[in-house]
Amino acid sequence: MPVAAIVDNYRGERLDALANFHGNQILYLGWDHHLMFCSPVALPVPPDMPFGKVIGELMPGAFSLHPEFGQIDWSGVVWHLNGEPFTPDMDKGLAEQGIDHKSIVRFATPGLDGIGGSGS
Amino acid sequence: MTARKLNLKDKYRLLTRDLEWEYSYRDYEEIFKQESFEGIKITDWSKWEDPFRLTMDAYWKYQAEKEKKLYAIFDAFAQNNGQQNVADARYVNAIKLFLTGVSPLEYQAYNGFAHVGRQFGGVGARVACQMQSLDELRHVQTQIHAMSHYNKHFDGFQDFSHMHDRVWYLSVPKSFFDDARSAGPFEFMVAIGFSFEYVLTNLLFVPFMSGAAYNGDMATVTFGFSAQSDEARHMTLGLEIIKFMLEQHEDNVPIVQRWINKWLWRGYRVLTLVAMMMDYMLPNKVMSWQESFEVYFEEAASALFKDLARYGIKMPDYAATAIAEKEHLSHQAWSIFYNYGHAAAFHTWLPTEEEMDWLSEKYPNTFDKYYRPRYEQWRRMEEAGERYYNPTLPMLCQTCQIPMGFTDMDDPTLVSYRQSEYDGDRYNFCSDGCKDIFDFEPEKYVQSWLPVHQIYQGHCGGAEMEDVLGGYYRINLGTDNLDYKGSPDEARWNDWHGLETAEEKLKKAS
Ligand SMILES: [Fe+2]
Ligand SMILES: [Fe+2]
Ligand SMILES: [Zn+2]
Repeated sequence: MPVAAIVDNYRGERLDALANFHGNQILYLGWDHHLMFCSPVALPVPPDMPFGKVIGELMPGAFSLHPEFGQIDWSGVVWHLNGEPFTPDMDKGLAEQGIDHKSIVRFATPGLDGIGGSGS
Repeated sequence: MTARKLNLKDKYRLLTRDLEWEYSYRDYEEIFKQESFEGIKITDWSKWEDPFRLTMDAYWKYQAEKEKKLYAIFDAFAQNNGQQNVADARYVNAIKLFLTGVSPLEYQAYNGFAHVGRQFGGVGARVACQMQSLDELRHVQTQIHAMSHYNKHFDGFQDFSHMHDRVWYLSVPKSFFDDARSAGPFEFMVAIGFSFEYVLTNLLFVPFMSGAAYNGDMATVTFGFSAQSDEARHMTLGLEIIKFMLEQHEDNVPIVQRWINKWLWRGYRVLTLVAMMMDYMLPNKVMSWQESFEVYFEEAASALFKDLARYGIKMPDYAATAIAEKEHLSHQAWSIFYNYGHAAAFHTWLPTEEEMDWLSEKYPNTFDKYYRPRYEQWRRMEEAGERYYNPTLPMLCQTCQIPMGFTDMDDPTLVSYRQSEYDGDRYNFCSDGCKDIFDFEPEKYVQSWLPVHQIYQGHCGGAEMEDVLGGYYRINLGTDNLDYKGSPDEARWNDWHGLETAEEKLKKAS
């Protein structure tokens, strides 16, 4: 029973269907142990955007206010896609490497653990 | 000779149960269409025990007395410029949150009880719901009147009902009630009558009303007193509906248990706003969120669930998560609002040194370890003239619609992520509670109106943040939003009390 309803076979409108974002998909980005950013962020992005742009453009826009941002060694970053370990391909598009609509890309930066090591 | 005056018992019977009649030319199922689709089995409505024992004429008389006293105090408050005597103008932001976030829920409760007051086959339940419906209408009206005086002297009050329907953080309480009101009548009663009015109400109203008392806000305190006897009635109705359903049929037990699990979690998530109000927004603190949670939830609920055990009802599993979160909740919530203070219709600020010390004392296991360093960093940024605001919109939970600021209680420095796939799409959640609610009824929650996604779909006034915040939300930018420091509210307050801002002092000194 996907819903308790007065009518049979009730179907809800998918408010966040991919088609509603004018050619974009939603990408969530979260920097582990850096809760000065209170939550992961949500961004509308073209599905064929190469992952290199996530690092080159989206990350600085979202996270550069953190004093540790400039110290990130991007070659040592640990990635998760929707909870699973993941190695991004910088040149391939997002959708092409399985980063689909409303996917979560998390990254951890070993050695950088937030303000004074507090996870903030 | 017949008696000219009815005795109380007869009068009560005539004005409540006797309002019912036999349905002779329509089927019962046709008249009470919504009574059975949720799976709740009622075999005998006559077993319903009327919770209120009040007739309409007595009700009007009693409420009128209370109103008279209440409005006399509002008048006195206004005449004495009560707005100048609150503890500090920062306090008023708690009231802005109440008027935009909570008062419209009273109106939703009025609508909801009026609706279910038509749906039940039992006349006793119908009369009780109608009476609560009237109470709730009275609550929204008196709250608006109590707070309207502040609207003359502070920013952010002017468009509270418009904002309730649109502003991102107000979608949290709004969607909570929309969820309850679009459920069937029995679920609504478990959601609002029992979970909210019986179990959680003290966690909402006691902090706001005692907060008002501690901070010199006589108008709001007096409203609180005036609503108290109503709330006592609402609690008896909430408990009666639960016991009635459980006693009517054993098949009702698992359904009621699932609703209790769901609605205590939904309600607890809404109370996140109360947690931060208590720990961060009251200049004179009453008690910490943790303390109030221990008294009004842990102690009270464990007694209640002991009582309900004889029906086979257990404490919801999610209670363990809520208990673990009590040392984190308010800090994570205030972090969210500090991050997005440019998008809020009230002011935010950094806790002062003394306030941080109070938080360290109240939260010895968590504040210094996880949260103080964050505030110190924000302080350094503020002192450098770069007050921190998060430049990117947050990810929201599909069910509670709160930014994903809650962390894993096994590692409080990691965001708690949950995900489901349904009909080819991904859905994301802040907790097991929110995920389970979605998984059970996905066709309901695929419809969540998530403010961030709505902005990106272009439904909120435009692509620029000014269009959304100023145009669509009707926040007066630079006036209602941003930090308390430097706000017109602060300037007026300082003017009334002959105070100087830190900035002015600095200017004079140089
Ligand atoms: Fe109420
Ligand atoms: Fe109530
Ligand atoms: Zn949630």
